[in-house]
Amino acid sequence: MNGTRLLFSKPWIWSFAATITVWIVTVLFTGGASSLGLSQAALTFAAFSVIVGLGQMFVITLGPGNIDLSVPATMTLSGTLALKLMDVQDGMIVVGLLVSILLGFGIGIGNYVLIKLLRIPPIIATLSMSFIIQSTAIWTNRGLRIKPPEILASFTTSNLFGVPNIAIVALILSVIAWVLLEKTVYGRWISAIGQSTFAARMTGIPVDGTRLVTYILCAVLASICGYLLASFSGGAALNMGSEYLLMSIAVVVIGGTAVAGGNSNIPGIWGASLFMFLVVSMLNTYGFGAGFRLILTGLIIIAVILLAGGRQSSR
Amino acid sequence: MNEVITRQEVVAARGIKVTFGAVKALDGADLVIHAGECVGLVGHNGAGKSTIVNAINGGLTPHAGEISYGGVRAQHGISTARANGVRCVFQELSLCPNLTVNENARIMHAELAGWNWRSRAGALVKLQLQEIFPGHGIDCDSTIDDLSIAERQMVEIAVSFAGLNQKPKLVILDEPTSSLDAGLAAQLMAYIRRFVGEGGSVLLISHILGEILSTSDRIVVMKDGRVVADRSASEFSKRSLVEAMGNVAREKEWQRAGDKRNGAPVLAMPARRGQGLAFEAHRGEMIGLAGLGGHGQTETLLDLYLSRNSNWWPARRKEIAFVAGDRSLNGIFPLWSILKNLSIASLGDFSARTIVDRDREGALGNGWKKRIEIRTPDMENRILSLSGGNQQKVLFARALATSARIVLMDDPMRGVDVGTKQEVYDILRLEAAGGRTFIWYSTEMDEIRLCDRVYVFREGAIVAELAGDEITEKNVLEASFSGGEAA
Repeated sequence: MNGTRLLFSKPWIWSFAATITVWIVTVLFTGGASSLGLSQAALTFAAFSVIVGLGQMFVITLGPGNIDLSVPATMTLSGTLALKLMDVQDGMIVVGLLVSILLGFGIGIGNYVLIKLLRIPPIIATLSMSFIIQSTAIWTNRGLRIKPPEILASFTTSNLFGVPNIAIVALILSVIAWVLLEKTVYGRWISAIGQSTFAARMTGIPVDGTRLVTYILCAVLASICGYLLASFSGGAALNMGSEYLLMSIAVVVIGGTAVAGGNSNIPGIWGASLFMFLVVSMLNTYGFGAGFRLILTGLIIIAVILLAGGRQSSR
Repeated sequence: MNEVITRQEVVAARGIKVTFGAVKALDGADLVIHAGECVGLVGHNGAGKSTIVNAINGGLTPHAGEISYGGVRAQHGISTARANGVRCVFQELSLCPNLTVNENARIMHAELAGWNWRSRAGALVKLQLQEIFPGHGIDCDSTIDDLSIAERQMVEIAVSFAGLNQKPKLVILDEPTSSLDAGLAAQLMAYIRRFVGEGGSVLLISHILGEILSTSDRIVVMKDGRVVADRSASEFSKRSLVEAMGNVAREKEWQRAGDKRNGAPVLAMPARRGQGLAFEAHRGEMIGLAGLGGHGQTETLLDLYLSRNSNWWPARRKEIAFVAGDRSLNGIFPLWSILKNLSIASLGDFSARTIVDRDREGALGNGWKKRIEIRTPDMENRILSLSGGNQQKVLFARALATSARIVLMDDPMRGVDVGTKQEVYDILRLEAAGGRTFIWYSTEMDEIRLCDRVYVFREGAIVAELAGDEITEKNVLEASFSGGEAA
């Protein structure tokens, strides 16, 4: 039975092994000069992917067909709305965060209402929701670029004992998510629903309630991520979420969460997020142009997903 | 015996050994099947019946021993087995649910190629269905999803027996009647005799000893991965078969307590779609849902369950539990361990809805492992490492471990061996005496007779209610066939 356990723990070992390899290759190329800076940048940028990845992971765990495509739009709206509300005043930081969370709550409910009442598949429901959210963001933003409050900006860009604050926030959220997933009744429920919705219903699990909570959770995490990202980059932009559409799904899949649902993996999300950032910076240090870099990134994602898929089916 | 030996061998498996990890599924088993005979194969859950079938049909490569087809030792594999005329009807239904009956026939019969294969496949299946189950009423253009579990089983049996260019030489039937009612089972048994009479051979696996005894020429008894008896069917009786399998028959009559219909019903439902009788259950009652398979019993159970169970809020106290019969459809969580599968329904009882208490979960698992004898070295093993009957025991334990006062059972004894059944019956009786109410859909008359009160279903409605001594095979059959006017 040890073999089975080893196989189960394998996915995240893989993603960390890949991360370390890429890190070493990059550092070797620059002669070791950049190792600290590279690590800090990797942790910071990976943290954003981790936060949205966690939410997406919960949704994907619900089983085939469950996905939240409104993540990028939610990030954008949350970022623009929070910055506009806080209006560079330090006293409004907590209010801004609460409004962000509330917004995520509303979007999560909206997503599930569309899925349930209109009986449309999650992929369509969340995509149409994301049009509404993105349009709202355009409407409230109107090209304005407001700076984040001073304290918040310095918090998101500084380090604690050399570790970026953002990474610490992401780590805390990951630990909470891990407890939620592995230790609580709710975690058992989403895993059960992911394996067989009918069986889950017939053991008395409130399937709709659990799915609603999961979609809310995903949207709230995306909102928090948008709030932090806008503060980190010194202002919200209308396209700030766009790269996180693919990213949120890719880190979940590369991290070893079963695409078919029922089985999820939090350490793997960290490995995958670091890996994704390091691949881009490695290609940067080798001096590839932007276009070629994107093509290579795409190919690497496909290759890793293919490998991950092979592992899954061989179990 | 001499006469048997001179007959031509269809399949011979000699000295087969198969191990799954530490479990010896087969430990040197021999099985030889000749042309023109029906061999019955019986044994406990986990005795190795399904494993030896998988070795014969090529799905599993044995770790030791040899398998020959028609006396010739051949390459091992599914295609070899099929080329030698071996067909298999599995215990777990193996049709593609999203395809039609015709299309499924095409998958099994690759020679149905070229133009117009659809209608030729349809004709083939229709003819075969008509031959085995006259008056079946199955539309060959409907998708498998739309068929009841009994109809699926009938289609699978028909597809396996059908042959375009050549008839199959050996058909392996693994629990073919477990989801068929008595009438259909009798039709199938009669067909097996005709098929064998024409020179075909059949390997019949069943827990219903009556049909094994009446249909087989020869009976092979397996126990712990070995063949322990192999004699002609006429030398066995029900009693000697059970003894050969290694458990003592305990067929004592179930003492019915007096009428329990007093006070308010714990569960009630008006007549379905305004037809037939209303449904009512009282505290401590054991209620049977009888009638021919697929006449609305499962739907009634689902309605009862879903109407008492919110889909949005977790219930404060579980009042109703469900034991699945179709394990893979609405029972098992395949990625999980045995323990997690067992405890999922009662997590709320010992976890206060937040953190799962692993110690109490483990204690619960070990308690039920002993009580219901789940055969596994470790409850952390995956659920799929268990044999079908043991998986079913886990589902029983899942429902009984809850605090629910009402337990619904959807033909849960499918594929469970005689000894286990007796153990479970004892537990049920004890629980019912303690005030639990059981609502039990069963296709087996022996189980219906154990109930205090029986509702007989026909065409989706309750057509008769029998209580106490009125519950006899004759009355149930009468109601399920002649009660049609009411519906």
